[in-house]
Amino acid sequence: MYEYTEFDRAFLAERNAQFRAQVERRISGALTEEEFRPLRLMNGLYLQLHAYMLRVAIPYGTLNSAQMRQLALLADRWDKGYGHFTTRQNIQYNWPRLRDVPDMLDALAEVGLHAIQTSGNTIRNVTADHFAGAAADEVADPRPYAELIRQWSTDHPEFQFLGRKFKIAITGAEADRAVIRAHDIGLQITEQDGTRGFRVVVGGGLGRTPMIGQVIRDHLPEADLLPYLEAILSVYNLLGRRDNKYKARIKIMVHEHGIDEVRALVEDRFARIRPTFTGHDRQVLQDIARHFAPPAFDRAPTDAFDAGYAADPVFRSWADTNVAPHKAPGYGIVSISLKAHGATPGDATAEQMRVMADLARTYAHDELRISHEQNVILPHVHKAHLPAIHATLKAHGLATANIGLISDIIACPGMDYCALATARSIPIAQEIAMRFEDLKIEHDIGPLKIKISGCINACGHHHVGHIGILGLDRAGVENYQITLGGDATETAALGERAGPGFSAEEIVPAIERLVHAYLDLRETPEETFLQTWRRLGLAPFKAALYPAQAVAAE
Amino acid sequence: MSRPFSPKVVTASDLLEGDVIYLAADDTWVRDLAQAEVLTDEADADLRLLLAQSQPHRVVGAYLGDVRPGPDGIEPAHFREAFRRRGPSNYAHGKQEAYADV
Repeated sequence: MYEYTEFDRAFLAERNAQFRAQVERRISGALTEEEFRPLRLMNGLYLQLHAYMLRVAIPYGTLNSAQMRQLALLADRWDKGYGHFTTRQNIQYNWPRLRDVPDMLDALAEVGLHAIQTSGNTIRNVTADHFAGAAADEVADPRPYAELIRQWSTDHPEFQFLGRKFKIAITGAEADRAVIRAHDIGLQITEQDGTRGFRVVVGGGLGRTPMIGQVIRDHLPEADLLPYLEAILSVYNLLGRRDNKYKARIKIMVHEHGIDEVRALVEDRFARIRPTFTGHDRQVLQDIARHFAPPAFDRAPTDAFDAGYAADPVFRSWADTNVAPHKAPGYGIVSISLKAHGATPGDATAEQMRVMADLARTYAHDELRISHEQNVILPHVHKAHLPAIHATLKAHGLATANIGLISDIIACPGMDYCALATARSIPIAQEIAMRFEDLKIEHDIGPLKIKISGCINACGHHHVGHIGILGLDRAGVENYQITLGGDATETAALGERAGPGFSAEEIVPAIERLVHAYLDLRETPEETFLQTWRRLGLAPFKAALYPAQAVAAE
Repeated sequence: MSRPFSPKVVTASDLLEGDVIYLAADDTWVRDLAQAEVLTDEADADLRLLLAQSQPHRVVGAYLGDVRPGPDGIEPAHFREAFRRRGPSNYAHGKQEAYADV
């Protein structure tokens, strides 16, 4: 875990003092809202439908137990006792008061957390594979690079007023758990001929014009990371459009100019700025990397796990569904589901946060992760501890065995909170989860990712859901469009729109018809929804979604 | 012929609390839609909005929201305004929380 240096602490204290003064000037009337708005956004403060919202960065999704406990403290002291974990590894507080926000930021700084650049037209919180440093399939831990990028991008003077927001994601594994192909820049650590480098993907993004990123460099030498990123940002800053905010993301620039022209411009810029990087960044990276040394893994027997696994079917189901392979023998990666059936996806109460923090400290080398799928991860758990962890989670409503299943739904806050939303997301997610829980078929259905966005901006990643749901306002009524066949992984694909939308009352039955169609269509129980979709295409699913039209066409 | 003017209220967010407020006939800001001034004349509505926008020390993002008559007085014409009046649907927070205390 990275620990702040004196420089980091001083920088954050100064920044928080600056924002405190800005808040005071806004309240006194010295600043207008137009003047204050960009300042508050730079510090993660939004004004939403019912209240202010503070978005706190969890850089590359990594927390220690003290930080998680502090997030709980903020929820209790200044909010309504809970927080909402988001698809960009942030936590959002939905109910702060303006006067309290500077105190909240100071409390975060006590544990090395901040809300800087969680909004605004800047480089946002760098996200990473939530299994980083633990995954069995990893080339290297991406988090030292993510921390380097965080330090480089924070308050970077050239990139504070970009044409639009800019999102970077990084993974160290071939299996993409960080959705790197749907980011402005996606980075994948690779090894070629024994040398480490990065596959650099550029121009991905969802929103109103979804695009899958394209490879701009297949193997960037590790030492060139920052100058190459700076070259891409620099080209985007000048060439990217500023005449229309809907065309201002780098994906549009790549689309309009073509990847070859963009690559040539970036390489030209890179050649000019590379010599200005004289090794300081390499030194900083070395210092950072020391903080991310793997923990001292225990070499203990797994008898307690084996006994629990044999004796308790509920524990067995949870372990099979929520525990992933770890690189160290005897270890597992635990995903704690924040998707209890009927609960709000990604929400955790302050008490639940403290429970997870205690589990991390007691059993998991003091580490937690937040996944973009809105769950919490204990990345390093010796299997002998799994029965005790499961028992504690169960006592606090955190033991739902549904990771990767139909009720493990990504949902944005939607119109229950968000000022941009056109429809609600949360109740749809709750109803789908409850419906399939009632049917008791989600384990039979197997891996199926439903992702729900409450507007075209696609914070809920609906384009890359196996089943995507987009909530819209159709003549003053909530309406839900379905896309099918999206994929957020290394085989990334955008979903295909299935047809006309459904009302709020019709959408859950429509999803049920779709899933029953899949169960009828799959060749074996092992064939996943996505595989069946890829084998058969839209037609049979469309027939299930729109039975009346199918009959009419016959 | 121009479209008939549908009834409106002036609504905004409170600068300090961030919650939803409405402009009342006596120029004060209220938190209950039932106490808001209903504007049925377009010129009058524009003037009231100007008044709201001249109070940046008190309110943020003032605009005219559509309302219509309902069985219990005026109600929002659009579901977005209905959520603003009530609060989110996943927890009894926001204005519905305040009503529950009464």
